[in-house]
Amino acid sequence: MPFIPHTEKDTREMLAAIGADSIEDLFDEIPAALRIDHLHGVPEALSEMEISRLMRERAHMDGSPMCFIGAGAYEHHIPTAVWDIATRGEFYSAYTPYQAEASQGTLQTIYEYQTMITELTGLDVSNASLYDGASGLAEAALMAVRANRKVKSGLVLLAPGVNPVYEHVAEAIAGSQGLKFEWLPVDATTGNVAFDQLPEGQEPVAVVMQQPTFPGTLEDVDRLTDWAHEQGAFAIGIANPMSLALLKAPGHWGELGVDIACGEGQPLGVPLSSGGPYFGYMTCKQKHVRQMPGRIVGRTNDLEGNPGFTLTLQAREQHIRRSKATSNICTNQGLMVTAATIYMSLLGTEGIARVAQMSHANTTRLVDGLCAIDGIERLYEGPYFHEVALKLHRPVAPVLETLASKDILGGYDLTTDAGCDAVLVCATETKTDTDIDACIAAYAEAMS
Amino acid sequence: MSELPGDLLFTKDHEWLRREGDGSVTIGITDHAATALGDLVYVELPEVGQDVDEGGDMAVVESVKAASDVYAPVAGSIAAVNDELADDPEKINADPFGDGWIVRMTVDGFDESALMTPDAYQQLLDELDD
Repeated sequence: MPFIPHTEKDTREMLAAIGADSIEDLFDEIPAALRIDHLHGVPEALSEMEISRLMRERAHMDGSPMCFIGAGAYEHHIPTAVWDIATRGEFYSAYTPYQAEASQGTLQTIYEYQTMITELTGLDVSNASLYDGASGLAEAALMAVRANRKVKSGLVLLAPGVNPVYEHVAEAIAGSQGLKFEWLPVDATTGNVAFDQLPEGQEPVAVVMQQPTFPGTLEDVDRLTDWAHEQGAFAIGIANPMSLALLKAPGHWGELGVDIACGEGQPLGVPLSSGGPYFGYMTCKQKHVRQMPGRIVGRTNDLEGNPGFTLTLQAREQHIRRSKATSNICTNQGLMVTAATIYMSLLGTEGIARVAQMSHANTTRLVDGLCAIDGIERLYEGPYFHEVALKLHRPVAPVLETLASKDILGGYDLTTDAGCDAVLVCATETKTDTDIDACIAAYAEAMS
Repeated sequence: MSELPGDLLFTKDHEWLRREGDGSVTIGITDHAATALGDLVYVELPEVGQDVDEGGDMAVVESVKAASDVYAPVAGSIAAVNDELADDPEKINADPFGDGWIVRMTVDGFDESALMTPDAYQQLLDELDD
């Protein structure tokens, strides 16, 4: 996209038109204490050549380490065609376009995305996406309060397997809107919810559970969904969409299925990119659609009977409903969703299942190898998808540093979350047997 | 415009109210409001048993182009809601003063003089037309 700054002449003419002598004059209403004349740590403007060189040098410092870290964002192979197509001029925009119906191709892409995500999650309707998985949980909790009107407590109970970062973000967004987030008790041996200690009579508005859990275990989501409904609460399911190729879809958990599913869409064709941009997905049962935040694309017929795509249910949105809108989300992660739609189309149901199976097999090879090392064992027993928590008989940070010096990112340090020396490891389909064996050998050396 | 039913009272927000024999009141939106909104596609109804303040949000009527709050003309408790609107919100367009009623409320009594008679409301509509 070309960047065309104003010329000095443009600036002079605009200032003259509004009656200001200078840019300083224009901004003089802003108190001096609130103004800064430079950005800390950011040098004065560089030339294009200088900035390109600086960025090359910085990028080179990253190197290309082998990554065995997951913890919410996962490295998967992205076919070249995905971003080759997504960055075509017809698609390359971060937003749902203004005058949306003039962009039928974009709307159709979002419509196809919604169809695929509802199939993956086993629910009726999807929105056009949210910003990321963490803010998606905040939106799901707020939606539960709107839709589950009989319950006035504002209390949202979280299973211990929910990503702790999601809780922080949900608290930051929804905590000031009258919602309270509280953790359910954990069973120390399984890492999952302690069913024999569940609180009764708290009248929660929603119960949130994550599958696979943050430390990689599999929760009894059927039982927890049913428990949520027995309490009069909505069940909110967070799931890694890649895992849904192998695991039961949230829409089928328990007797009735969850009411709302949400999560991080990044594993579907979006690169790790140091943490973003990613996208959040959200699906729900049909009867709650009017309380769903964000945009929704629908299919309809025009006056001549030709099929077409349109933004639908807009009356609940901010540009029409103003301060009483369902949510303040009035866009989506259009570009990321375009990539995800192309990714899912290219791989198909079978391809996604193969990625999931290979990731599981590679993680099994890694975990079996690591657990054969003296001083490493599983933190929790039981089945897993492609991520496992391991207990180390020594502090984790120095071990990970040793591995990093060999260009291996050996896992996510779980010590703070787990309350003991523990690391969370993940090997997706991107790792070869040689890679995995190199990681195991590096751990063996670091632990010796 | 058709004749306004004589047994109704009105608000400036285009709601109507009818006193029923049992002391409760029935509430809906006027023909003028329904026509201005266009074809209704959804009505969000309150919970039965819910208490509402005078002027408080009570329901939401949504057309393809707008969503508007329906305010309670008087304070009271929701005794019944018109469930048929869930499947057939266009009843409000077709028969706003009859089958298109929205809620029935029990009230402790209220100041009728704060509401408009059919004549006063008709005058308001005439002024809006000018």
